[in-house]
Amino acid sequence: MDAGLIVVIVLLGIVLIGLAWLVLTYNGLIGKRNRAEAAWSQVDVQLKRRYDLIPNLVETVKGYAAHERETLDAVVRARQQAIDTSGVQDQAQAENMLTQALRQVFALAEAYPDLKANQNFLQLQEELTATESRIAFSRQFYNEQVLTYDNALEMFPSSVVGGMFNFEARAYFEMDEGEREPVQVSFT
Amino acid sequence: MYERVASNKRKTWGLIIGFSLFVMLAGWAFGYLTGLGYFGLVGAVIFAVIMVWGSYFGSARIALAANRANPADPAEYAQLHNIVEALCLGAGLPKPEVYVVDDLSPNAFATGRDPEHAAIAVTTGLLERMDRDELEAVLAHELSHVQNRDILVMTIAVTLVGVLVLLSDWLLRAMWFGGMRGGGGNRRGSGGGGIILLVVALVLLLVSPIVGKLMQAAISRRREYLADADAVLLTRHPAGMIRALEKLRDDSTIVRSAGRATAHLWIEEPIAREAHEGESETGKSGAWLNRLFSTHPPLDDRIAVLRSGSLGVYEGVPRPE
Repeated sequence: MDAGLIVVIVLLGIVLIGLAWLVLTYNGLIGKRNRAEAAWSQVDVQLKRRYDLIPNLVETVKGYAAHERETLDAVVRARQQAIDTSGVQDQAQAENMLTQALRQVFALAEAYPDLKANQNFLQLQEELTATESRIAFSRQFYNEQVLTYDNALEMFPSSVVGGMFNFEARAYFEMDEGEREPVQVSFT
Repeated sequence: MYERVASNKRKTWGLIIGFSLFVMLAGWAFGYLTGLGYFGLVGAVIFAVIMVWGSYFGSARIALAANRANPADPAEYAQLHNIVEALCLGAGLPKPEVYVVDDLSPNAFATGRDPEHAAIAVTTGLLERMDRDELEAVLAHELSHVQNRDILVMTIAVTLVGVLVLLSDWLLRAMWFGGMRGGGGNRRGSGGGGIILLVVALVLLLVSPIVGKLMQAAISRRREYLADADAVLLTRHPAGMIRALEKLRDDSTIVRSAGRATAHLWIEEPIAREAHEGESETGKSGAWLNRLFSTHPPLDDRIAVLRSGSLGVYEGVPRPE
């Protein structure tokens, strides 16, 4: 066996190890990206759930507080806008507006004892509170997945693979941080 | 977290192996005593296999049945279901089965062998007394047990240790019986039998602290602090957890349907106060049992740990030992 052959074998070995690392890192990135995507679709499901509850809420409130048209219209408009928006950051903004508008409706209910005692309204209130917290939790989970994925994209050496195959960083889904507290206060 | 999952799996194996060894020893001793020879050992092996199998696949059912838990109706307990579903979204867990225990004392427990086969049970007293935030905190605590596989160790411990205690009790009785027969001179070589009885008695004496240690290893009170911290990490709302623990502390009712064997499943020790009250009546043995089986750190300590700040919650988790 001459020296040339040994060099070739060693070089081949290095190339093989490099390839194995590449495959593993690439698959790791794909896995992280898919998890972030799956988490996003969960957020999406919860946002849709909220859209679906709103027409019912508007109808119920209308029956008791018809002249509060402005507040109700604001909710309907905010809902439509949230539905029409796409892209993580714009979506977050639209959802914030919708949350604000909904808060107004529940604040308004305080002035209508009949409405507050309505079984349907109470049920919708629980459903909406639950949906808000589902949105909050699925958002939290999504952001955790994005953190893992974005970290892998930015950290050496996996960043090399990310650059080679044009992996794109994902945006966090940022919503009003103080959102949970006030909603719960006005809902009880 | 994965470390803890691995450590819990190791502990489960430890429990299973320790259990099998004890049962085989007991079977051998029984076979020797009764003159059945190796039948005792063979029977013990079969028994151990059945019990381990049964406890792995059936212990969640047993724990739920033992605590008289009924499936929570999704319409009647809408809020409970909603909170569990929301928390599972945040933790990335499948939704466990939800059960309700009809009991005035506020308490909750989780059981099952893995997150795919988990169940969470709460008492009606808990639902009555806790507001949404507090309920969320308690459920997050239980879900942390699910996520860390604490439930696997805890549930297997319930079944296997329960069987062990029953077995040693039973063997003790068999010994008495055998001893009396030996004393009557009906058996050939009663002198040899007496020595064996002595040995078995010694083994039993040696084994019972080991059973206690096993129990402690399995239910290490440290995991309660960790579950509190994980719960806060999930809900991002330490105030809710603190308030929930304070309510549990200030409550003086005890869970009627909880026995000693299932005590460490609950979020708060369900029988401690009962044992305290019983101390004067039962004397020393009650206090000793109480200490050996004290499954939870004091609620005041848990509250203090949470109060030490939201970051300190995770980093400053003290070792209670």
